[in-house]
Amino acid sequence: MGNGSFSRWHFEKRETTSNLVLVMVPVLSVVIGLIFTGLFIALTGKDPLEVYLLMFDGAFGSAYGISETIVKSIPLLICALGLSIAFRMQLWNIGAEGQLYMGAFGATWAALTFPDWPAYQLLPAMMVAGFLAGGLWGLLPAIPRAYFKVNETITTLLMNYIAILWVDYLVVGPWKDPKSFNFPISPQFTEGAILPTLGTSRIHMGLVFGVVVALLLYIVLNYTRWGFEIRVSGESPAAARYAGMNYVKNILLVMFISGGLAGLAGMTEVSAITQRLQHGISPGYGYSAIIIAWLARLHPAAIVLVSVIFGGMLVGGYSIQTSGFSSTTVSMLQGAILFFVVGGEIFVNYRLVRGEKGGK
Amino acid sequence: MEQSIWLALLSTGVVAGTPILFAALGEILTERAGILNLGVEGMMLVGAVTGFMVTMSTHNQWMGLLMAIVAGGLMALIHAFLSITLRANQVVSGLALTIFGTGLSGFLGKDLIGVPLTDTFKPIPIAGLSEIPWIGDILFKHDALVYISYGLIFILWFFLYRTKTGLELRAVGENPAAADAAGINVFAIRYACVIAGGMLAGAAGAYLSLAYAPSWLENMTAGRGWIAVALVIFGTWNPLRAFLGSFFFGTIDVMGFTMQTIGIQIPSFFLKMLPYIFTIAVLIVVTRETKTRRVASPEALSIPYNREER
Repeated sequence: MGNGSFSRWHFEKRETTSNLVLVMVPVLSVVIGLIFTGLFIALTGKDPLEVYLLMFDGAFGSAYGISETIVKSIPLLICALGLSIAFRMQLWNIGAEGQLYMGAFGATWAALTFPDWPAYQLLPAMMVAGFLAGGLWGLLPAIPRAYFKVNETITTLLMNYIAILWVDYLVVGPWKDPKSFNFPISPQFTEGAILPTLGTSRIHMGLVFGVVVALLLYIVLNYTRWGFEIRVSGESPAAARYAGMNYVKNILLVMFISGGLAGLAGMTEVSAITQRLQHGISPGYGYSAIIIAWLARLHPAAIVLVSVIFGGMLVGGYSIQTSGFSSTTVSMLQGAILFFVVGGEIFVNYRLVRGEKGGK
Repeated sequence: MEQSIWLALLSTGVVAGTPILFAALGEILTERAGILNLGVEGMMLVGAVTGFMVTMSTHNQWMGLLMAIVAGGLMALIHAFLSITLRANQVVSGLALTIFGTGLSGFLGKDLIGVPLTDTFKPIPIAGLSEIPWIGDILFKHDALVYISYGLIFILWFFLYRTKTGLELRAVGENPAAADAAGINVFAIRYACVIAGGMLAGAAGAYLSLAYAPSWLENMTAGRGWIAVALVIFGTWNPLRAFLGSFFFGTIDVMGFTMQTIGIQIPSFFLKMLPYIFTIAVLIVVTRETKTRRVASPEALSIPYNREER
């Protein structure tokens, strides 16, 4: 692919970027991602449109589907909000999955240690323990990143494997339910450890946490000095240091909060959904959250919306498993969407122009 | 402790390190040209499932390997287009490749889980060399792909440091604007390196599904692609040091079995954590070191090259 092939079409910097472009890039990314994945589905001899309709129907076609979609979107939302803070500082925390597991571990510790506490004491304790455990798991790779510039992408990712193995160890080892007939699960939580739900549905208080965090994040980023520091640090670490901002301190703090929020998501999962610690509490929420944060351009309100769409994708993914698709089909779709989002980014600042290059 | 246990440990360490070595050599080539590809894990998985599928239908493991290499190259082409032509964020693009590859491999391999495979790469001791005490046991009683990986180390080293194209390639990774001004085709070299890197990752995946543990399992790479990325830093972008690193990590990977055979009682979960913990620890030590010595990452690594902003 030589330079020659680019001489007719080339990118020209835009003077201004319209809001239409900002919205169209992610929307088109999703559409093209669906088409791209559809090609692979077609290869198996199935009609992609039919599969997508089945997915949509499973996720949004019934009251049950919609409530399940919201249930799945809760951990996605909380994790993605946490990641968005780190990504703003150009900190590539891809360890939300492990931080979620550690949060679940922390919350379970509180639930099993103080089983007799009433809900108004135990639930806050679990939230704090979950946030702290997830936050410390995020802080651990932040320390070498802040002081020695150790690549945090690799360390946060590898720590996911460690966290998952740790939880697996607990549920077959010290925290194994004696009545579990060798299933890898902890004892069931007491009543005080379970988050209240909306009516008879599975939609739980975690939704409130997510929305509150989104609001707080919006306010902090736009109206506080610290939020301003985070945005500047991301765009130019040198400028941030020059302006007297404590870059190192901000790295540590941001990674702690980012991990803490993923930990909070882990707390909501064990408290409201599984109601005990067990193997495989997350089907990759922490990885999907990366795509959500990026697709939403790190904007808190957009993250809320995109999380619901991705929650629907997960629920739709379950409904196509019955027609013989792997559960990983959804991550294929999500990966494809991310390709087009990240590839489409250039159209935000550039336009594709045909003709001779000017001024080169 | 018995000598044979040590020999067995080091010998299986070489085998366990081979997929990591293939992938790391590919990533060295990619990063030397200035492109960071975090999609290694995804490319390996697609390579593993492709190799397995093709071998199952053709009954020829070499054909499986070949198609795994092609599949890895095609996956890398996506990353090349995004990061070179569209100047996309390389971290996110690579992540997308890993997520997509994980999904695609699970999608393709859905009906292959647990299916046995008979046409695999089997150990072929090299006459003469395998007779050497210790060294013969550790290095020369393996399958053909292990020997190919030995050869690749030297070929890649020679190519990078002793040929004109290798010099141009490194120039592209250090200072693409200067290389471009000197008449080197930055885009062509970067495309070629990213694709070749993906082909090696595809081979790494095929090694897992056709030689190391002949089978297909979802996520069977278990983070080896990421360990390979870390290994590139550990090996300071040098193929010779990458071999030592892969041997080291391979040995740690299989150490759990050895500890169990000699009767050390540690829950298997902790033994499985070892490679990840070691990788992180080594990454921290080496990153600190690279700051004091004169070795560093390619200057232009992960920075998109824009001709018009020269």
